[in-house]
Amino acid sequence: MSPERATAITEPSLSVSGLECRRGERLVFSNLDIDLQAGEVLQISGPNGSGKTTLLRAIAGLTPPTAGEVRWCGRRIDEGRVEFLRDLAYLGHADGVKAELTVWEDLEVAEALRGGGLPIPDALDRLGLTELADTLGRYLSAGQRRRLALCRILTSGARLWLLDEPFTTLDEAAITTVGHRLEERAERGGLAIVTSHHPLPIDHARLLRLAA
Amino acid sequence: MSRQSGLGRACLGLIRRDLLCVSRHRAEAANPLLFFAMVATIFPIALGPDPKVLAAIGPGAIWASALLSTLLSLEGMFRPDLEDGSIEQLLLCPHPLPVLVLAKVCAHWLATGLPLLLLTPLLALQFGLTMESTTTLLLSLVLGTPALSLLGAVGVALTVGLRGAGLLLALLLLPLYLPILIFATGAGGAVQRGLAPSAHLNMLTALLVLALTLAPIAAAAALRVRG
Repeated sequence: MSPERATAITEPSLSVSGLECRRGERLVFSNLDIDLQAGEVLQISGPNGSGKTTLLRAIAGLTPPTAGEVRWCGRRIDEGRVEFLRDLAYLGHADGVKAELTVWEDLEVAEALRGGGLPIPDALDRLGLTELADTLGRYLSAGQRRRLALCRILTSGARLWLLDEPFTTLDEAAITTVGHRLEERAERGGLAIVTSHHPLPIDHARLLRLAA
Repeated sequence: MSRQSGLGRACLGLIRRDLLCVSRHRAEAANPLLFFAMVATIFPIALGPDPKVLAAIGPGAIWASALLSTLLSLEGMFRPDLEDGSIEQLLLCPHPLPVLVLAKVCAHWLATGLPLLLLTPLLALQFGLTMESTTTLLLSLVLGTPALSLLGAVGVALTVGLRGAGLLLALLLLPLYLPILIFATGAGGAVQRGLAPSAHLNMLTALLVLALTLAPIAAAAALRVRG
């Protein structure tokens, strides 16, 4: 097999077609198409209740859509579930930080569950949490918890990042740092979908606006 | 680059995490055990000091206490994960969810079932159980309490986070727990009548195997719907 062909196969891509989601009786969105290639970052914006979180959850496969399909590298995600999950890092509204664990222990668990990304000390360093490595989750501030959740994503080797409002509670320095991490990931062929009300702190982000 | 995670490493990581959380929440974790000891102590006090009566009801009383105390501790299996959002990370792990659920049940049993087992010989003294009775009781608990945790995982996965989940959980689980209770106390009864308890213990083993194979799958499916 020629090297060109090999990269063509491993080149990640996400395609969403005809996606429709309902919450109860209410139609959140329908006929939604997204096509994302390696190295692209997509920002989703829209008023509250326009379905940003619902869309991310549908792409991750947490809430099955009522119609349409999501394909990762050309395969439907419900068929190639394990391969898809291996490539997926998801940051939800909740940080998933245990009050009883230290920052370091939290990341150790994350690494045991996924791994394949940055080693823990490097991940801590990237988000400025090194000093807090031995602090229990209960003593972290909201912003520090958010940063820990983002750290977790760095320790996974995932190529697709789905970040739901990653900047809430982050200070300006941390927002810039997260922007750098996003750019870094995109340069190395990663994909990201980020919901946010504010412009992303990076160049070349595509924008998708959901209507209310 | 760090290592990609294997299934074994993921399960051990989960068990370690849950046990760490329990060990840092000792007061809360000790509640079901205290409850177990209290209920099992109330029986001999309430029923008077007749050694014959006590020896006859001993295994049943201890089993009833163990069942209620397990019921009390079940919520802790998934509720914290649902509350802090780590359940999403579990659902999106590139590993089979039923196996991860099994790891969580394992941690739950180590934190609640095992201490209960260790306390039992002491409680057996209160009822004046013979050596043989105590051994059978312990055997039935070794086989039965993991089954209680496994079936409980299904119930908790279905009800966690609902309002009034406690009572619903009990209603849901008691019918499933009854066969375990019947065979476990049947083993104790057999010993007291001078019969071999092996038939009852075999049935208990069968129930445990059944729970071991089906409960993680059912609990995982329930979590997917709820997560």
